[in-house]
Amino acid sequence: MKSARDILVVDDEAVITHAVERVCGAEGLSVDVAASAEAGLSLLARATYRLIISDVMMADIDGYAFLVELRRRRIDAPVILTTGMSTMENAVRALNSGAVDFIPKPFTADELLAAVRRGLNYARLQDVAEAAAQGARPDSIAWVPPPAQYFRLGYASWLATELSGVVKVGVTDLFLRTLDAPQGLTLAAEGDEVVQGSGCATIIGADGLEHGVLSPVTGRIVEVNTPLAAAPTDLERDPYFAGWLYRVLPSELAYNLAHLTACSSDRM
Amino acid sequence: MKLFRTLGSKLTVAVGAIALVTIAIFAVFNSRSDNKNLLAEVERHANQLSEAVKSSTEFDMLLNQRERIHETIKRMGNQPSIQRIRILNKAGQVIYSSDTLEIGKSVDKNAEACTLCHSADKPLEKVEIKDRTRVFRIHPDSARTLGIINPIYNTRTCSSSACHAHPRSQKVLGVLDVTLPLDEVDKAIRQGQRDVAMLAVVAFIALTLILALLVRRWVALPVRRLVEATRHVAGGDLNYVIPEERSDELGMLARSFNNMTQRLSEARLQLVQSDKLASLGRLAAGVAHEINNPLTGVLTYSSFLQKRTKDQPEVQEDLKVIVRETIRCREIVKSLLDFARQSVPKKSQTAINDIIARAASVVENQLSLNRVKLVQALGADVPPVTVDANQLQQVFINLFVNASDAIGPDAGGGTITVTTSRLKLSPIGITQIKQAQCPKRHSLINAEVRIDGKPSIRVRVRAEGNEGFIYRDPMYGLARHQFGIAPEPGMDVQVTCPECSTALNVHGSPCPDCGAVTFQFEVPGKGFVEGCTNRACTWQRWAELEKRGDRDFVEILVRDSGAGIARDELPRIFEPFYSTKGQKGTGLGLAVIWGIIDNHNGSITVESEPGVGTTFIIRIPVEP
Repeated sequence: MKSARDILVVDDEAVITHAVERVCGAEGLSVDVAASAEAGLSLLARATYRLIISDVMMADIDGYAFLVELRRRRIDAPVILTTGMSTMENAVRALNSGAVDFIPKPFTADELLAAVRRGLNYARLQDVAEAAAQGARPDSIAWVPPPAQYFRLGYASWLATELSGVVKVGVTDLFLRTLDAPQGLTLAAEGDEVVQGSGCATIIGADGLEHGVLSPVTGRIVEVNTPLAAAPTDLERDPYFAGWLYRVLPSELAYNLAHLTACSSDRM
Repeated sequence: MKLFRTLGSKLTVAVGAIALVTIAIFAVFNSRSDNKNLLAEVERHANQLSEAVKSSTEFDMLLNQRERIHETIKRMGNQPSIQRIRILNKAGQVIYSSDTLEIGKSVDKNAEACTLCHSADKPLEKVEIKDRTRVFRIHPDSARTLGIINPIYNTRTCSSSACHAHPRSQKVLGVLDVTLPLDEVDKAIRQGQRDVAMLAVVAFIALTLILALLVRRWVALPVRRLVEATRHVAGGDLNYVIPEERSDELGMLARSFNNMTQRLSEARLQLVQSDKLASLGRLAAGVAHEINNPLTGVLTYSSFLQKRTKDQPEVQEDLKVIVRETIRCREIVKSLLDFARQSVPKKSQTAINDIIARAASVVENQLSLNRVKLVQALGADVPPVTVDANQLQQVFINLFVNASDAIGPDAGGGTITVTTSRLKLSPIGITQIKQAQCPKRHSLINAEVRIDGKPSIRVRVRAEGNEGFIYRDPMYGLARHQFGIAPEPGMDVQVTCPECSTALNVHGSPCPDCGAVTFQFEVPGKGFVEGCTNRACTWQRWAELEKRGDRDFVEILVRDSGAGIARDELPRIFEPFYSTKGQKGTGLGLAVIWGIIDNHNGSITVESEPGVGTTFIIRIPVEP
């Protein structure tokens, strides 16, 4: 029987792994450290982890290849990717490759914790969904997926095209559930530019931490759902319709869509 | 000899020599003609004298008054301008002479005075005046003498006079021989020759001096300035300008030289910039990546500490500063990364006018604060371009904000004019081959050997036992290739990929210019480029590119009425961290703009005049 641990952190920089150990350890989480992808894989052979945090640029194989290798070995623990090449492209690529989250280096303790919390919650929700699928608790719903005609960036934010050419942007039910009952919402202003893969809003979770929402689209905000900021709980009630965040005039929609997942594929 | 090294002295010496020869020939001919005329005059005078002697003695002869004849001849012969007068009879005996000692002596028929008529078997009777005169020297070192023979013919009066000295049958009775000294004449001739020679020398010297002066002024000085300028340019000073004050060919040369150096300077600027920015980009990416790791240590530990010491306000304050400043570092590194981003632009077909209008609406408020008016003169026929709309919008926003800053808040307003138009340019000489590969998809691009700052295209060449590389010029049409091996036409040449040795030869298709072996490589998605292996041949063909003909460009001008940029600052404005805004800007703006335009295969140049304004010229190809 493999031992059950909380977090595996894979990074060739000792200062990073130490910091993760320290921050997460203070929260009572058990953390194992690997200095390379190979070392990480051998640890994974001996123990199960609820969450894996991996660097993108490593000496042996990079984070994306590591993700592929994990899936090949049928290890389905959620993976958070992090890198010093903290560009929007890397964020989009990471989420598109199946990482649950992307933390650009350098990050604060709270940013790390927020991502870790969401990751652990994500893992828990996956287990619930799996249990539901196997008929253990057929009446429970783990989360509501976005409507089929929507597109999503990772599992967190969604985009819906409107006839006018403007797109609506919001957050998924799953994301809201990973941060556990939103307490506050900070939105950008009308006229602001948003870029796919960079933050466009922050939601305060039940833990009091700020959770960044990465924009699924690049363009200019033409309308903000201002009433939502005053009543963030509405967000939870109807995340896909009344709970939209922005209307955005996209500047490169075709390009953005190529890096998003069609929600219709989630139902197969 | 140093004298003949300069163009001016060569020209002066050549023209001087020609003048010297001309003047000398003229002087010689002149002197000869003078000599001849003078002699002819003396001849005429001698003839007259001899006729005078003849006629003044004729009457005495008829009367046979010998004493009187003696007297007349003696007196006349003693005139200072006459050397001697004598009359010889037919037998050559001197009958009368101004030199009395001579009388009675015979003259040899072969003496020089007689040879004229007596050289033939039968003596001549009638002789032309020209032939009757002779010039001779009595002694080799004495002065010249002119002698004239005047035959005395038998007339009726002679044969019928009382003395009956002469029979009727005799035709010539004797000769009158007058000799005149030529020393005065010779003196005059010598004087004349001296004068002509003097004149010739003076003329030659004056001509040469004037010539040297003019050549120096019109040729030597401007040429020296040009040479000086080429030295400066060769030494790398492309800002050197020759004063353009003349309208002749050398003035035109100076103007086109200045024009050339200016173009060269602009081209070099672009090249240096691209090279520098590319390596700076790589450096920035590396540095950003390296710095972000230790920065993560600082940021996580300090923010973690901040979390855990909420009850210690004095520590909190300090930690807040550490966290805030570390986040500031994070933002700086992020902007570095934005600059360094080598990612392919997210291109889609877009109307450039829309992008400009959108950028304009973003900066509207900011511009109106400075009372800056943004005039959009957008061409109606501008074709859509395949660009990253976002990046270009960033370009225009940056340019507008920069322009507004250049106008400044104290100027009381100003104008930014943005103009778009369509432009057609030939692709030859301006298209850079950025990708080249062999049939097995190995890249042939070689960054180590650069031609004019751009990575070359390297192929391996084997010719008759020798092997080496040819580095092709990446600028299509310029053909500044570098040959590590120089095969001749007619040789058996193999061109291969340096990586996998796959043949690149185009078999059965010799170079249409020189007949040498040709080869080709692929520009992915853009067809094949063919080239010739002969070093002396510039033939190359990129059928796909040439088929397309002139390329369409969209040209965007952003002109402001701001403070302008000083000439010596112009070359630096596209460098990262170059800023004239002091603390206000990070200085990445124009460097990022440059990178974006370069990623679109476009070009950005700047023209500026301090106090008048600055114009940024952007050209973007319509087809990517």
